Amino acid sequence: MDLVLSKESIDNIISVLDEDLLRAGADCVLLVDRSGNLIVNRGDPANLDVVALAALSAANFGATAEIAKLIGEDDFALLFHKGKNENIHFTKVGKGFILITLFGKDVSLGLIRLNTARVTDTLVPILGGEQ
Amino acid sequence: MSFIDLSKNEVQCKIVYYGPGRGGKTTNLLYLHQAMTDSVRGKMVTIDTKGDRTLFFDFLPLALGQIQGLSIKIQLYTVPGQVMYNATRKLVLKGVDGIVFVADSLKVQKEKNVESLDNLRQNLAEDNIDIKEIPLVLQYNKRDLGGSNIPILSVEKMQEDLNRELQVPWFSGSALKGDGVFETLREISKGTVKYVSRKLLSR
Repeated sequence: MDLVLSKESIDNIISVLDEDLLRAGADCVLLVDRSGNLIVNRGDPANLDVVALAALSAANFGATAEIAKLIGEDDFALLFHKGKNENIHFTKVGKGFILITLFGKDVSLGLIRLNTARVTDTLVPILGGEQ
Repeated sequence: MSFIDLSKNEVQCKIVYYGPGRGGKTTNLLYLHQAMTDSVRGKMVTIDTKGDRTLFFDFLPLALGQIQGLSIKIQLYTVPGQVMYNATRKLVLKGVDGIVFVADSLKVQKEKNVESLDNLRQNLAEDNIDIKEIPLVLQYNKRDLGGSNIPILSVEKMQEDLNRELQVPWFSGSALKGDGVFETLREISKGTVKYVSRKLLSR
């Protein structure tokens, strides 16, 4: 299951991420696949190693999916890590992708959750995955 | 799973270093990281755990230049070798495009090598990947111990144990000294890029 994305699809993904997440106040948004490939990153990733973040996020998601299995779930649809100044929110997109949103303490988690849900619905058909 | 970004003309592939515990998988990555220039290598990530075993994985991204106008980005991962960490190994194997099997030349590790290769075969099969289809390179590591008083397996014996049926490319190596490390990477990169492009052409 390899993924090939045309310039048009990438542009569509970028416009959805910019409009719904960066404009809502997110600092940085990444779309990665569950094997750790970075597909798109938007926002201001100054001093942020996005390639490593993609690999570690995929691993983190995989590890928590194993925790989910232990309690009788298939996996978790979203994960949230709270820091002092910066927070990170992970959402499952279809079966094979993860949307990672970094946002500061001034942005509400509720807004990010609402917008990532909308973004996810838009991204699934572009990525050709199942809901 | 490889990813091709046509807006940047870029291919990303995943190569996993597999093998028994304490066999030198992380040492391979460390050597590559030390020997490469900043323009080629990304930041190496090692998940910090106590002791010298890998509990989750190590990760090293590399940019290998261009083939037919496509820039090739390769991500190297290691898995934990110890038998009990199989769930983690399966996780890291997800979406793999090429594998380096780092076998330990120590005589006492003979069974562990065979066991680990069988485990690889099983884990791949669970993901519907045939070990004979996916690019695989063997590296017989720790050959530098040849002159010491530690008993090691002959290359012929290791070939017999591990490569009789598979018949894949193999290299003698010493990850600590760097012998065979680049040769192994070159071979697996070549195989992986060929494999990924063949899969894409048949789509």
